[in-house]
Amino acid sequence: MTTFVPTRARRAMLLVLAALVAAAPAAAQEVNLYTTREPGLIQPLLDAFTKSTGIKVNSIFVRDGLAERVAAEGAKSPADVLMTVDLGDLLTLVDRGVTQTVQSAVLERAVPAHLRGAKGEWFTLSLRARVLYADKDLPLSSFTYEQLADPKWKSRVCLRAGQHPYNTALIAAYIARHGEAKAEAWLRGIKANLGRKATGGDRDVARDILGGICDIGVANSYYVGLMRSGAGGPEQEKWGAAIKVILPTFEGGGTHVNVSGATVARHAPNRANAVRLLEYLVSDEAQKMYAEANYEYPVKAGAAAHPLIAALGRLSVDAIPLTDIARHRATASRLVDKVGLDN
Amino acid sequence: MTRAAPERSWPRPPASPWLLLSGVIALLVLAPLAALAVPAWQGSENLWQHLVTFVLPVAARDTFVLLAGVGALAAVIGTGTAWLVTAYDFRGRRMLDWALLLPLAVPTYIVAYAYLDILHPVGPVQSLLRALLGYESPREFRLPDIRSMIGCIGLLGFVLYPYVYLTARAMFLMQAANLIDVARTLGIGRAAVFLRVALPLARPAVAVGLSLALMEALNDIGASEFLGVRTMTVSIYTTWVTRADLPGAAQIALAMLLVVLLLVVVERRARRGRRYANDAQHPRPLQPQRLTGTAGAAALAVGLVPVALGFLVPAAYLVDATVSRVRFAGVSPALVTETINTVGVSLAATALTLVCGVAVVYAVRVGRGRLPALVARAAALGYAVPGTVLAIGLLPVVTGVDALVDRAAGVLLGASWGLFMLGSGAALVYAYLVRFLALAAGSVEAGFSRISTSIDDAARTLGAGAASRLVRLHLPLTRPALATAALLVFVDCMKELPATLLLRPIGFETLATHLYGEAVRGTYEDAAIAALLIVLAGLGPVIVLARVSRFGETGAQAFRAAETLLTAKV
Repeated sequence: MTTFVPTRARRAMLLVLAALVAAAPAAAQEVNLYTTREPGLIQPLLDAFTKSTGIKVNSIFVRDGLAERVAAEGAKSPADVLMTVDLGDLLTLVDRGVTQTVQSAVLERAVPAHLRGAKGEWFTLSLRARVLYADKDLPLSSFTYEQLADPKWKSRVCLRAGQHPYNTALIAAYIARHGEAKAEAWLRGIKANLGRKATGGDRDVARDILGGICDIGVANSYYVGLMRSGAGGPEQEKWGAAIKVILPTFEGGGTHVNVSGATVARHAPNRANAVRLLEYLVSDEAQKMYAEANYEYPVKAGAAAHPLIAALGRLSVDAIPLTDIARHRATASRLVDKVGLDN
Repeated sequence: MTRAAPERSWPRPPASPWLLLSGVIALLVLAPLAALAVPAWQGSENLWQHLVTFVLPVAARDTFVLLAGVGALAAVIGTGTAWLVTAYDFRGRRMLDWALLLPLAVPTYIVAYAYLDILHPVGPVQSLLRALLGYESPREFRLPDIRSMIGCIGLLGFVLYPYVYLTARAMFLMQAANLIDVARTLGIGRAAVFLRVALPLARPAVAVGLSLALMEALNDIGASEFLGVRTMTVSIYTTWVTRADLPGAAQIALAMLLVVLLLVVVERRARRGRRYANDAQHPRPLQPQRLTGTAGAAALAVGLVPVALGFLVPAAYLVDATVSRVRFAGVSPALVTETINTVGVSLAATALTLVCGVAVVYAVRVGRGRLPALVARAAALGYAVPGTVLAIGLLPVVTGVDALVDRAAGVLLGASWGLFMLGSGAALVYAYLVRFLALAAGSVEAGFSRISTSIDDAARTLGAGAASRLVRLHLPLTRPALATAALLVFVDCMKELPATLLLRPIGFETLATHLYGEAVRGTYEDAAIAALLIVLAGLGPVIVLARVSRFGETGAQAFRAAETLLTAKV
């Protein structure tokens, strides 16, 4: 490798190359988004952000290993905003030290204090309720999560994998409320009630109720909107029509919600734009889109839910703080293994 | 042996550049595995107690049942169809010959999505059944759920059998003719020939194809997870993702790798010394028996069953879903970019993998001692690791290289190159190389083994150096084997999902990642077009593979290449 001594021509070439490489990323106003939220769900929001600010959003959907990837990329990471479907995942990012705090009056005004990190480590953007789908002909008007373990539902319950973040969060909430031993007994009851393997997605619960495999199941609220609005096609409209939706509560408590949220990456090269994106996502316009296009509950007080979602009834969120719930997530996951919920 | 020792030339000749190159390639493959050892070493509190008590008993049992079931199914279908198209001639046989390979083009997770829709109580099959039987609602009558162990076994069996078909077919073509003819002159019937001569002869080949199919089944996460079967691989995944316990996941992954290695060693031992006739310079195809009329039609029908279940049904479903989807939501223009991305990265990876495969194998041929062979085997190790796990191991390696490149660029050019590999897609090419080098190396090895070393010697006496011999002799002589290697690697790159998902640059989507993005949202029907494109893009190579492996010297060589490649792989 003695040929490394650059001749004049070669040096010129290298300079051009270097200029090209250096110039490329700085070309336009942009912000880089790493997300575990499905791209189809947030793309309309990102497009609207670009339209209103002129800032281009480059995004990558990473299902698993978001924390590992950002940590491995280190100081050179292009990541500006990290977005997740679950608070547990968001807190994992904070714990791994790949985030930074943000002080923004806009964010603090829009997001209630219990739905963001005390120092601005993370911010909730939207909420989803974990609701009950039931066969529309069942004489059922209220429900508690505790009743999922009632033997009268034997072989009649459908559920996605217990290890899925939506379910581990619900189980963690149960632990936070009733303790680990009771949670275990509850899970054993649910296991005995399963009508099929705990797998698939939330929408499969509705489809399987239509298919006669189950009578009830737990799933997220926004899928109701996606199915019933016809956004998912005529097949899914049938699934949505086959169920009635009940907002369950914990005994003496409220309904379990999970949140989607975001944080700014520690080495964000476009920090200002990252904050602008977060602030945009809690703006009236964006919060309306969360409600209208995604059928989620807006995080901002005063923003209205979509009529299809509002029709499900008044949401009364359970009082246990989300951060308490997140602390029990690993225990919840181990309990799922222990009772063999997914086996 | 003791007498031979003093004859060894000493001091040893300096390491050949080929061995050096091969060593570098092996290091590239081993680096991500070594990187896994770092988090594993950190330890994970009480993990193993939890695993041994609650997870391993079920996960190990389920893994075993799954592998046994898929193995049995793939062996029966693969061997049976191979014998059918070799020993009999009937209308449609030539078509069946290559059609039986088609399931190779379809990723297992796509098949799982398709079959859940088709076989669901509200899907077409059961709706029709209810209409025929006069039932009103699925609550009165429905079939057992496909989301079960049985469903998973059936599904993987019908998609993975082509590996056994490929090897068993090669064996029947190449080896059996003479012995089978002898058996027949002794007055033994067809069926008895199959059971008493052909099958025992084909056993090693079947074992080889089977071990490949089983490796695929073991590393599969899409279909198994979707159908609710909790294999060991799914357990690793849970430990890592849900409990944010990377050290724990790395430990399970390494433990699993050890188990796989152990099985490989045992299998090699068991096969040692069972060398079968290797003289296939002039293979004489078995004279197939002509079947006409009903017998011919029946043979065709039987042969078409696995093609239909493993390919036609899911493909037809995708076409149907695509048509209704396009009508409902139109075609996303991004699909064009995604197709270009997919094919581009896969082509680059295939080229690199092929070159590395040739280098590793050629180092064994021109080298001496056991070291080159050991290095070659190490280079094939990436195939035994699930893609998810490999991706975690690759991350620190790739970002480490990126940091070095960035620093070097800073010193030499005064510029920052940022994330050179992760940001450019080079990380994907690297990942595919690690994962699929075994495919290329095995195939190339098979091709080279058909060239007598005396030809090398002759060329050497004529003054041709190692590089010149490779380019002018070995590569032209092994073109079919090289084609087989390239095509298998290409198809696998296109289907790869977990490493692609984690290691692609920002804003870079492939067909597989697009499909997955929709699938996790539960809207896999939205991605039917992407799924169909994956299948179509995989179809071309599979048909070429089938053409290459037609009869005659080249075809026989390609089949043989495939067979040896599988031997080398494990």
